[in-house]
Amino acid sequence: MTKLTYREAVRAALRRALRSDPRVFLMGEDVGRYGGAFAVSLGLLEEFGPERIRDSPLSESAFVGAGIGAALGGMRPIVEIMTVNFSMLAMDQILNNAATLRHMSGGQFNVPLVVRLATGGGRQLAAQHSHSLEGWYAHIPGIKVLAPATVPDAYGMLLAALQEPDPVFIFEHATLYPMQGELDESSGAVNISHARIMRPGTDVTVIAYGGSLNKALQSAERLGKDGIEAEVIDLRSLRPLDTPTIVESVAKTHRAVVIDEAWRTGSLAAEISAQIAENAFDELDSPVARVCSAEVPIPYAKHLEDAALPRVDAIVAAAQGMIPHHG
Amino acid sequence: MATAAITERPPITREHALFLLREMLRIRRFEEKAAEVYTLQKIHGFLHLYIGEEATGVGAMQALTLDDNIVATYREHGQALARGMPARTLMAEMYGKVTGCSHGHGGSMHFFDASRRFFGGYAIVGGGMPVALGLALADKMQKQPRITACFFGDGAVAEGEFHESLNLAALWQLPVLFLCENNLYAMGTAVKRALAQTDISLKAAPYGISAEAVDGMDVLAVEAAARRAAVFVRSGKGPFLLECQTYRFRAHSMADPDLYRTKEEIEEWKKRDPILLFQARLREWGLLSDSDVAALETEVSAQLEDALQFAEASPREPVEDLLKDVEEPVKP
Repeated sequence: MTKLTYREAVRAALRRALRSDPRVFLMGEDVGRYGGAFAVSLGLLEEFGPERIRDSPLSESAFVGAGIGAALGGMRPIVEIMTVNFSMLAMDQILNNAATLRHMSGGQFNVPLVVRLATGGGRQLAAQHSHSLEGWYAHIPGIKVLAPATVPDAYGMLLAALQEPDPVFIFEHATLYPMQGELDESSGAVNISHARIMRPGTDVTVIAYGGSLNKALQSAERLGKDGIEAEVIDLRSLRPLDTPTIVESVAKTHRAVVIDEAWRTGSLAAEISAQIAENAFDELDSPVARVCSAEVPIPYAKHLEDAALPRVDAIVAAAQGMIPHHG
Repeated sequence: MATAAITERPPITREHALFLLREMLRIRRFEEKAAEVYTLQKIHGFLHLYIGEEATGVGAMQALTLDDNIVATYREHGQALARGMPARTLMAEMYGKVTGCSHGHGGSMHFFDASRRFFGGYAIVGGGMPVALGLALADKMQKQPRITACFFGDGAVAEGEFHESLNLAALWQLPVLFLCENNLYAMGTAVKRALAQTDISLKAAPYGISAEAVDGMDVLAVEAAARRAAVFVRSGKGPFLLECQTYRFRAHSMADPDLYRTKEEIEEWKKRDPILLFQARLREWGLLSDSDVAALETEVSAQLEDALQFAEASPREPVEDLLKDVEEPVKP
């Protein structure tokens, strides 16, 4: 086991993929000389050269589309989009091409493209660098959406994504990059079909992903001191969703709190709530609760940003409110 | 007379002349038939006809090998036929049949053929251009000798993707042959109402890209220019932009009442019908007779009849397969 950061885990996976498969290359803004906006690809240019660590101009549509074309042409491109907000400039390529080509071509073509994007708030970067749009992506048939929340997943999900025949979008919450964790580098690709129970519990299921997982675990700690045993699920894959794991947990705890850093309206949390209602309605002892971001562009000022994002206090209160004698 | 024949020696063989004429006629008659069966409600959705633009697709295709990549637009019937995709699979596609070139998933705007490296018709204007870059990048990185032909219209020139793609193709010296089919209208918007600089070929120079404009109604001129451009791209000198100046004789789509241009303008352009122009020249050169034309028409007509029968008789994809090609089935 090696102790390293989430950032280093992604870099280690990139290095491993670049070494083992000549078809793999990394492309995006400032991935080379700069070393990546979040320093993920630092040092890779020196090892693999400018052909495979390919600095791209600020042309999101062109380089994401080029990733699609290169995938069609037999390569295994990894495209880095600096943040999910910038990916709006490539949305035509993503939605209308990457996600549709297999279907529109009657199965003749597939797009084995991996796109990595930083996501999320909490760094006082205001309303054009802080949003969580994973739910928009999870809406799209034809692609897979992953949200590694741990160091092993940051490593193993990238390797798993490179084995997929269809486009995979990996959302890396920007606050996670300095997080330390343990990694067995011989582990390789991880399963990306299943959610994971991060903490077993009996009283309430707390469902989270990406940057919200640590908040869920902190909330469970606090609830535990209050005598409430929360079961914490890390969704890991946002499309497809591992509904059976969610339903099984809710059938045990009879209560669910869904945490989502995206806005509440039309969110992934709404989808999960609907799936619980469809599949476990009779198991519920309480309406499903959602803890999401406030319906506001993420503000700059620290106190406002904190108030806009899901907070541990709110998660704890939501869980307590479902359980008699704790509301 | 013998002297005159020598001074006006045809620049092409009779065999090639008849081939080019046959290709253009195949497209023209295919499109006419498509319009006919559309009105009979055999074909639905959008149908964008290539009539009037045959010389561009046919001429350009002569510069490509079967190993080259093609990225096309939603007005891609001409390129598909000229590439050698069978008329029957194209017609079946528009009939929404499982035997169609895209299994009935795409219709008129989304023809695909992996075996002919025809990477599709793209119906978001400019949207195919970045994909073409990527195909060329993959070839360059894998040291494949092929080039990528990227067709687009004048409408795409106003899109950001045109500019991003030209920049990136030049920056990375990618083997892309940009083929602009300038038919003067982006749907109903005339070039002069959409582009501050209407000379499209001029837009290549700021990106360091070589370019040429050619009369898109003259199949031999297009072929010659496309061959020059393809040689340039194939030699590793980077991308090239070829603007083919053409005109569509029909409306933008079957849904278009064509109110934004005058009948006189259309009639004026029809005097330069690429098929009639070419036939006239071939007759001048003594390469074409009435019986040649009749034989070609008969041959093309038989192909079309076969295509229609095939499309009519073909089965539809079972509804049970609705989700089959969305993504690879999940492994257990």
